Parts: sequence; structure tokens; C-alpha cells
Amino acid sequence: MEATEKTISDQKPQEHGMEEEEKYVLGFWLFLASDLVLFASLFATYLVLRTHTDGGPTEAQLFEIPVFMLETFLLLTSSYTCGLAMHALKNGHARRLIGWIAVTVLLGLAFVGIEINEFITYSSEGATMQRSAFLSAFYALVGTHGLHVSLGIVWLISVAIQLMRKSIQPTTARKFINAGLYWHFLDVVWVMIFTVVYLMGVMG
Amino acid sequence: MVHQIVEYLRNADPLIQMSAAAIVLTLLGIIFALTYYKKWRWLWREWITTVDHKKIGIMYLICALLMLFRGGVDALLMRTQLAFPNMNFLDSQHYNEIFSTHGTIMILFVAMPLIFAMMNIVVPLQIGARDVAFPFLNAVSFWLFFFGALLFNLSFVLGGSPDAGWVSYPPLAELSHSPGPGINYYVLSLQISGIGSIATGINFIVTILKMRAPGMTLMKMPLFAWSVLASCIVIIFAFPPLTVALALLGLDRIFGTHFFTMLHGGNPMMYVNLFWIWGHPEVYIAILPVYGILSEIVSTFSKKYIFGYKSMVASLMLISVISYFVWVHHFFTMGAGPGVNSFFAVASMAVGIPTGVKVFNWLFTMFRGRIRVTLPMLWALAFIPCFVIGGATGITLASAPSDYQLHNSYFVIAHFHQTLIGGAVFGLLAGMYYWWPKMFGFKLNETLGKWAFWFFNIGFYVCFMPQYALGFMGMTRRVYTYPAETGWGSLNFISTVGAYLMGIGFLFIVVQVLYSIRYGERDTTGDPWDGRTLEWSLPSPAPHYNFAQIPTINGRDAWWEMKQQRKAGSLVSENELKPIHMPNRTPLPFLMSLAFFVSGFGLVFNQFTIATVGLIGVIVCMLWRSLEDDRGYYLSVDEIKQTEASVRGA
Amino acid sequence: MGVRNLKKTGVSDKLKKFLFGFVLLFLLPGCSDRFVLLDPAGPVAQTEYRNIMLTMVLSAIVAIPVLAIMVYVVYRYRDRPENQAPYTPNWDDSKILEVIWWGIPILIVAILGVYTVRDTFSLTRPPSDQKPVTIQVVSLDWKWMFFYPESNISTVNYVEIPTGVPVQFVLTADAPMNSFWVPQLGGQVYTMPGMEMYLWLQADRSGVYEGKGANFTGKGFAHMNFQVVAKPKSEFEAWVKSVKRSAPPLTNEKYNQLVKPSIANKQLYSSYPTSLYKDIVNKNGGMYYTHHGHH
Repeated sequence: MEATEKTISDQKPQEHGMEEEEKYVLGFWLFLASDLVLFASLFATYLVLRTHTDGGPTEAQLFEIPVFMLETFLLLTSSYTCGLAMHALKNGHARRLIGWIAVTVLLGLAFVGIEINEFITYSSEGATMQRSAFLSAFYALVGTHGLHVSLGIVWLISVAIQLMRKSIQPTTARKFINAGLYWHFLDVVWVMIFTVVYLMGVMG
Repeated sequence: MVHQIVEYLRNADPLIQMSAAAIVLTLLGIIFALTYYKKWRWLWREWITTVDHKKIGIMYLICALLMLFRGGVDALLMRTQLAFPNMNFLDSQHYNEIFSTHGTIMILFVAMPLIFAMMNIVVPLQIGARDVAFPFLNAVSFWLFFFGALLFNLSFVLGGSPDAGWVSYPPLAELSHSPGPGINYYVLSLQISGIGSIATGINFIVTILKMRAPGMTLMKMPLFAWSVLASCIVIIFAFPPLTVALALLGLDRIFGTHFFTMLHGGNPMMYVNLFWIWGHPEVYIAILPVYGILSEIVSTFSKKYIFGYKSMVASLMLISVISYFVWVHHFFTMGAGPGVNSFFAVASMAVGIPTGVKVFNWLFTMFRGRIRVTLPMLWALAFIPCFVIGGATGITLASAPSDYQLHNSYFVIAHFHQTLIGGAVFGLLAGMYYWWPKMFGFKLNETLGKWAFWFFNIGFYVCFMPQYALGFMGMTRRVYTYPAETGWGSLNFISTVGAYLMGIGFLFIVVQVLYSIRYGERDTTGDPWDGRTLEWSLPSPAPHYNFAQIPTINGRDAWWEMKQQRKAGSLVSENELKPIHMPNRTPLPFLMSLAFFVSGFGLVFNQFTIATVGLIGVIVCMLWRSLEDDRGYYLSVDEIKQTEASVRGA
Repeated sequence: MGVRNLKKTGVSDKLKKFLFGFVLLFLLPGCSDRFVLLDPAGPVAQTEYRNIMLTMVLSAIVAIPVLAIMVYVVYRYRDRPENQAPYTPNWDDSKILEVIWWGIPILIVAILGVYTVRDTFSLTRPPSDQKPVTIQVVSLDWKWMFFYPESNISTVNYVEIPTGVPVQFVLTADAPMNSFWVPQLGGQVYTMPGMEMYLWLQADRSGVYEGKGANFTGKGFAHMNFQVVAKPKSEFEAWVKSVKRSAPPLTNEKYNQLVKPSIANKQLYSSYPTSLYKDIVNKNGGMYYTHHGHH
């Protein structure tokens, strides 16, 4: 019975080669699944509390169509440029890959900037997180997404630095694949925020 | 902050002041001992910076046992207060703090780390892997748990314990009704350890799905690995709602928002829903791996294949799915309407179906076997009746109309202690005795273990059976005292006697461990129980790389079959060894979790500078990890040969 | 409907004796009347009592044989050299057996499910056809406030009801959530700030029934008890009249005193501000919910 205690001849050491990188991709998908449940909980909270305005500003009074349309445009575009970066990775163009990451990061920064500005505007109008349950839930949901985007920006920058140092190899490729996946995921969440918070909000 | 803490300690109960003094003395003693025996370097190199799953598992086990001691002391204090009507041993506030910390500690800082200990120590060995999928992340999980538990346990000496029950329902847990730092401790410590739990869930799913030895298809995988897989699936989907519930409660308390407040539009029901969407699956997170442990032990000590393997797998997965559709049964009495209550009632009872199947299969594994009643098997056998009775009373509670009467009564207390002690703890103790030789290389003394077993078991029934009756007498949970006219006195006294018997049982376990470290039977074979799964093919304790050669698997009880073939003389082994790739040890998980702890401690007292410093520390650690080039190292063939020769005593 | 559940008490009594053998072990002489859950005083408590019995009997039907089999198996197949019992180490599968033990629990859960759903729905309906009485309940830190909207009287930690008449309690909280429980009359319902809950209870015999706050609300929680006094309708009406005649009125100022955390004794009030109850519900968030009446 040779088969019983035989080692696999072509066994690869840990953390090397694309096969091992697959573990990270699976792990990251599981993380995204978990993160999605987190957002689902925040959405549920928002839907329960959105009418609880305590006599303060309502959704329709607060949201400005051009602002959230611009935010949506920026984030969707960044998702597209992130896709272009992925394309560059597949073709092995390291410099083009880094370039598209840079564009994605810039678009992301613009998005975060506008969102911060949006929050500051609301707060100066008295619509702070402490004003009513509706506003607490609004800032919690949209703010959590904004924090995720900010973290994604830091991550993309860190991946870009590693690509500059080490160019494309299994480790850096995997890191970019996961960061890109994360970026697209945040885009999907934003589309839900756009629909549930902003569109439903301005339609009353 | 310092002022607040000093004031608190000055005005605290003498019991708390004495504990504070004892803690300081113990710490000084440990520091002295480490310095005197020159063990700091050893502690740092071998434990704090380790990424070895076996050592991480042992650290989980040690922490869990320490926490079991603390939670147990809480329990004895409560039982002492309730032993007679109108007792004045504890006042209302102190009693409220103690039952809150007792529940939280037992669920999150005893049950969870015991589960994680077993998972860490056993799963890689059982599926033929050299470590978990992400050893670094595994260390992060442990240290997050460790610092979460530390933060929680600091509360009673530094500012006051949480006092709103282990569920911490708002508005009671809001600033308006609980102004002290207690609930902040609760929120932040659970949050920190919760992040670690999600990471563990992801880690073990990937480990089990991607790192099994060649030939081990899913349907040839040992049932413990299956149960861990089921449990981890529940973890990754159940913990995020808790994260959100705690975060929003924390925002309410620290930043003045209105998610769950009484005024300004807050909705406390939302917290209750989010909490139990995690809370009920949580008990399955704790019990599912125990089903796996039971299956391993019953099969090993009946010298027989597990009966109905496919049913066992199906029932595990079914429970993990149903666990998401039962949470409302924790608040049937909150007016959800008959349709909703009916749905969740029937779903809750349905959990009894796969659970019942498991019990039948264990029985038929023993049927026509050869049963050796060793310590692990003894605890496994004690598990079955206890869990069956706990399950039966669970069916009663699952039926909404019965629950209207029994909810919040001592019947509920008796029920869930029966499932969590008689279920989870008995099973985990069985697992601890079973895998102890694999962890440490020696068996635990049988005689002392039997004393512990009988004290604990008899104590358990004496403690909790009267509580069912007290439920029927209308005794509500969480009362710190009761008048003599209720007639609850005699049953409460009996219950207290039982609790002390369990305490004696625990002490016997401590003595047993200490005695066996010195005198316990050494395990030189690596296979002290005539085991069936791969972990028993390794020396005890296993070398740090686990398998010198990764075996190829042909059947379900792989090691059992190899032994059969070896007896038949048909086993040829000895292949060429290859260098083994190992991950480096690293201080980052420890430092990162420490930074989380600092941040959490700052937030408890609304000290935003400290909190920010901590968060920056976390981010620096993450970036450091992302940018460092840690490729691990190789163990040469010579080193492996040397190690194998020494551990196998060749 | 009033008597629908009382006809089968004979059967239930036997079950009680059968099932509570283990409880009886702990029973001290003369204490049996203290098992309040086993002594229902009205149709709601009766329905719930029967539900508890049914679930316990059906569970016991499975559990007891399982435990008996276990004891037998462990004894019969113990590992002794002299043991002649069959040993089949590789026998690990039997389709027929598996079908049986998937089938048994499915069957039991199905039976229980039917009864559970039936009772869950029936408990939301008034327990009899008599004209019901409505009583509004507010849980405070740490006392129970009762309002009688039909007669405009109010009480604290004390409530009187007529026997043989369904009473609809409408409940809310002006404090952390509690739970309203009178074991001998029926199961509990939470009181929650800003929300209105509905609970039907009915007493079929006169008596004093202990009520309690069942959900933890902090320091004074253990002392949050109240008495329910059930008496024939004529006596109940006389009591209402006497309260109207002799008790002081409840003013807003007095209520604001009561809201503050404290432990209270029995109190009676001859009247209360008409909008008080609605105001309590609304200020804590009641305005966000549209109330669907339960009748």
C-alpha cells in the first residue's frame, strides 16, 4: 500500500505560487460576505429609523440631487478605472497598472472629499448625528461606507507602492486582486445607498 | 479618568477592593517569577510572538480556564446571595454587576476561547495540514480576544462593571440609565474580541476547504472538522450584526446619537433584534464543535466507525442554516404578532430534528461497539442525558404560548445552563481530556478526574433541577433578593449547595492538572487512546511543523485504516523528506491588539486623545504588515530528521 | 369560548402528576399552592399550561426511551474480555434506521407545530365573549401604573379586575423595558417605551394574584411587584365607585414625581389627566407607529 503514506511529489511550499494565493482570494471573499452582512444590518437600522426625525430635518429637506449624483458618478467611474487596472494586470503592464490605480485613488479621494463636505454642510445646518434617530442612522450607514472607501484608498496606495518596488509577481498580484475586489464591492454598496437612502429620500 | 478610577475604588465594596489588591499582588508575583527565572525572553519568543496554531490553541485554553474560574466565582457569589430569602451578602447594584459579568464572561470569554482552543489545536492536525491558512491572522485573532477579555475584566476594579445584564438592552444600557463606564467596557471589549472571532471564522473555513491532505475529500473529513466548518460559517454571518449593535450602542453612549434612546426617535427594539440575530446563532457556534468532539470521542471509545456519517454531516449543516431563523424566540413576548411568532416557534422546534438525529447516531455508534469508559468518554456519556433534557425543555420554550409563561423565569435559566454546561462545557471538557495528551504529551490523572467528574455532575443536577421548579413557582431571573413568603427559599438553598459542589469539581480539575504535570502518565506513542484520525499519527506533542510528510488519505478514519494495514503488513512508508516552509514568528499581532486595547480603554472614559493614539497604532501595524516582506523560512531536511528522531524517541 | 379550555382539566391533572414527579421530589409539604404556573386561574393561563404539558409529554416520549437505550447500550457493550455481545466495528450505516430517527423528531415537531400555531393565534383573541374591560399599564422605574380609561381612575402596584370578564391590558413603558406578568392569569408581555402592547387576561375565580415585572430594569427591579385582585363584577364596580369617591386625583405634577426612580407601595387615584397615557406613549416615540387595534 504505497499510496497511504506517500508525499505528493510536486508539493509546493506555503505562501508561494498562485495556488497558495488562492487561499487569500477565498479568504477575502468570505470577508466580503461578512462585511455585506454588516452593511445589511446598517441598512435595516436605517430603514427602521428613517422616519424618526424628531421634528428635525427630513430626507427630502436634506439631500441635494447634484451632490449625490456627483458622488455616484465619481465612485462608478473609479470602479471602471479599477477594472482597467485589473485589465493591465492581466496583460502584465506594471506601469499602466500603477497608473490606473493612481487614477482610481484620485477619484476615490474626490468622492471622500465631497462626502465630508456634504456632512459638514448638513451639520452646519443643524442636521448633526445627535439631532434625531434618522440622522444618527444616516451618518452611521453612509459614514461607514465612507470609512470603508478611505481604508480602500490607503490599501490601494500601499499596493501601488509594493508594485513599484517589486513589480508584478504572485504576491503583489494577489494583493491588487483583493484590493480591486474590495473597491468593486464598495461600489455595489454605494449603489444600494444611492437607491435606498438618496433616491427613496428625495422621492419622499 | 485617573481621578474617576481612584474615586470609584475608594467607594467600592470591600470585596472589590480586596480583589483589586489580590490582582496587583498576583501581577507583581508573576513579574517577579518571570524575572527571577529569567523567563521573559522565553515568554516573548515562544508564546507572545508565536504563530504556531498549537501554541495559540494552548493560550486560548489557559485563558478560557482562567476566565472559567472568574465566571465561576461570580456564580458562587450570586448563589450565596440567593441561598436564603432577604440575604444581605450583596446589594442590588453589586449583584447586578455580577450577573452581567458572569453571563458575558461565560459566553464570550469561556465558551468561545474553549471552542477556539480545540479548533486551533486539532483541525490542522486532523486534516493533515502544517498550520492554518493564515497563521499571522490567527495570532491576531488570539491577541484581540486576549485584550478584549483583559479590557472586560479590568472593569470591576477600574471604574465599575457593566450592570445591565449580558444582553445590555437599551434604554437601560443607555447613558440615561447607566451613566458609569461599565457598559462602555462591555461594548468595547466585545467589539475588540468580536473582530478576532470573525477573523477566526474566515481562517478556519479557508483552512478546511483548501488545506486538506491529498485524498481527503470533504466526505472523508473527520466530523470534528465538519463541525468546525459549520460553526465558522455561522460565525462569519452572525458576528457582523453584533458588531453593528455594539457600535451603535457605543455611538449613543459616547457620541450622543439616538439609535436606541427613549427620546429623539430612538428604537430600542432595533438593538434587541440585532443582538439576537447574533445571539442565537452564537449558541450554535458554541455547540456545533461540541457535536464534532462527541462524534470523535464516541467513535474512538466504541472502537467503531461513526454511525450515519452522512446524516451527521447533513444535520450539522442544517443546524447552521436553521440557526439564522430562530432569533425571535428570545422575544416572543415583545408583541411580534401571531404569524411571526408561529414561524419562529416552529423553526426553533425544528432545530430539535437534526439534534435528535445526532443523539440517535451516537447511540448506534456505541451499539455493537466495545465501549471503554475513559475520562473523555465519561464526560461524553454525561453530555448525552444532560443535553437531551436541556433540548427537551428547549422544545417547551420554543413553543410560543409556553414561552409567554416561562420567559424570564428560572425555567429559562435552568434550560440554558443545561445546554451550555451540560452541552457545551461537558463536551469541551471531554475534548480537553481527549486531546490533552496531544497538546502536552501526558495524560491527566484518572482518579482525580473521576472525583472532579462526579462532583461536577452531581453538583450540576442539584444546582439546576430545582431551578426548573423555581420557574414554575414564578421566580423571575435577575432578582437579587426575594421575600420569605414566596416559598422559594428551600429550593434556592438546594441550588446553592449544588453550585458549591460544582465549584469543588472545578478545584479537582485544577488539582488534577497540577498533579498530572508532575506525575501524569507520559504519552510516548502519540496514540494513547487507540485513535482513528490523523492527529494520533503524530508524536505527542506534535512537532512545530506537524507532519514531516503530508500523508495521502484513502478512507474516512485515516489513521485507523493505516493501523489496520500496518497490522496486515501491507503498509510501506518512508518517502524522501523535503524542506518545509514555515511562517516567521512576529510581534505585530500582539502589538496591533495592544493598540486596539489602548484605543478601547481611551474610549471607555471618553478620552479621545488616547483613543486616537491607539487607532494610529493599529493602522501603523496594518501598514507595516502590508509592506513588510515576510516570506517565512525553510526547515532543512536535516533539521526535520533530527526533530523527528527526538520526538519519536527513535 | 369562556369555558373552552377548562373541560379537559381531568386529563391535565393526570399529566401533571406524571410529569412532575421530579419536581415533587423537591416539594415541601404545604407548598404545592406556590407552583403558580401549575395552578391557572383563567382561560389564558389554562391554554398556556396545557401547551407546556403537551410539549413536555411529547419531548419525554422521545427523551426517556433514548436515555434508557443509552444506559442499556453502555452496559451491554462495555469493553470487557468476557463480554460476549456482538462487535461489528465496520457497521456504520442503515437506511431504515436512519429514516426512523429522522422521522420521529419530524413527526413530533409537526404535531407540536400544529398546537403551537393554534394556541399562538388563539391567545391574541379575547378569551371569552363577554364585554371586555380595558386597562392601560405603564411600567415605571420601579413601579406599575394602571389607568382605567372607562372610569378614569388610576392605581399604582395594585389592580382590580372583574371575574369572568376578559381584560385587555394595553401596555407601554416610561422607563427601560419591563415585562408584565401575572403567572396565574397568563403569560407575559413586554412593556416598551413608545410602543403599545396588548395582552388578554381573564380570571375565572376570585382571588389575589401576584404580578411582577419580569424583565430586568436595574436597581429596584426585584421590588417591582403588584397585586391583581379579581372579584365579582358587582364588587368590582363598587370598588371603582369607592376609589372615585375617596381617593385623591392624579395630577401631572404627581405623575412626574412617580416617574422618578423609586420603589412605591399601593396607591389609588380618583382621576387622571385624560391625555396622560397617550402623551406618555407619544413622547417616547409613539408618534412613529400607526397603531393597529387588537379587538
